[in-house]
Amino acid sequence: MKLGIMVSEGPYQHQASDSAYNFTKAALEKGHEIFRVFFYHDGVNNATRLTVPPQDDRNVVNRWSELAKQYNLDLVVCIAAAQRRGLLDANEAKRNGKDADNIAEGFRISGLGQLIEAGIQAERLVVFGD
Amino acid sequence: MEEGGATKKFLYVNRRAPYGSIYALESLEVVLIGAAFEQDVSLAFIDDGVYQLKKGQSTDGIGMKNFSPTYNALGDYDINKIYVDKDSLEERGLTLDDLMNLTWEDETDNYAEKPSISLVNSEELAALMEQQDVVLSF
Repeated sequence: MKLGIMVSEGPYQHQASDSAYNFTKAALEKGHEIFRVFFYHDGVNNATRLTVPPQDDRNVVNRWSELAKQYNLDLVVCIAAAQRRGLLDANEAKRNGKDADNIAEGFRISGLGQLIEAGIQAERLVVFGD
Repeated sequence: MEEGGATKKFLYVNRRAPYGSIYALESLEVVLIGAAFEQDVSLAFIDDGVYQLKKGQSTDGIGMKNFSPTYNALGDYDINKIYVDKDSLEERGLTLDDLMNLTWEDETDNYAEKPSISLVNSEELAALMEQQDVVLSF
């Protein structure tokens, strides 16, 4: 089955991101197709490469990056939600005159249309939120 | 915007008060962007989400942007199926008269202005959700 995933909560604060990750990984291992994972609301914080979690805990951000690499996943961060919360890629940092960017490997920043498109193209859009 | 393909039924479920968290504002942003994709869109307002449609909102005291006027524009985007849970309204001491008068112009009826909001009970809401292809919950 072709699935779309939406993640609406940030890492560590809320289990939504863990559940979305576990679901996505399990679906891929079962041979399902993931059309896209879309990060919205505080979910955009799953895409910052500046998190430094304790050694004995899971690394939520790196885990997504590794999954993206392994399965060529499309991880999309909502640009409007990202900009308000301080998530920038190099282009956006430059465009907005900011001195740093923080997007982790495997993620890309794009518009809300990508979420609607996932709803249209996927057979199921599964939302992980509060 | 999208090529060919069947139109899908999208339902946006709004469950939270407008200013206590950002969900209401960011839901509205999805709805407005999504309007360009010409899908079959419905909005539902349940629980504290009914406060999003309350008329006469003022955010002067909290220093946040009052985005409630934007709901009036939904009719212009052909978004005219707005369902409000009757029980949620009543539990909060509200009636339809407390909500903004959201309307749309029916071009098949000499551009008559018609109300966009319908009050529904929980069974009707469940039936509405059952019909959808995509349900986004905020």
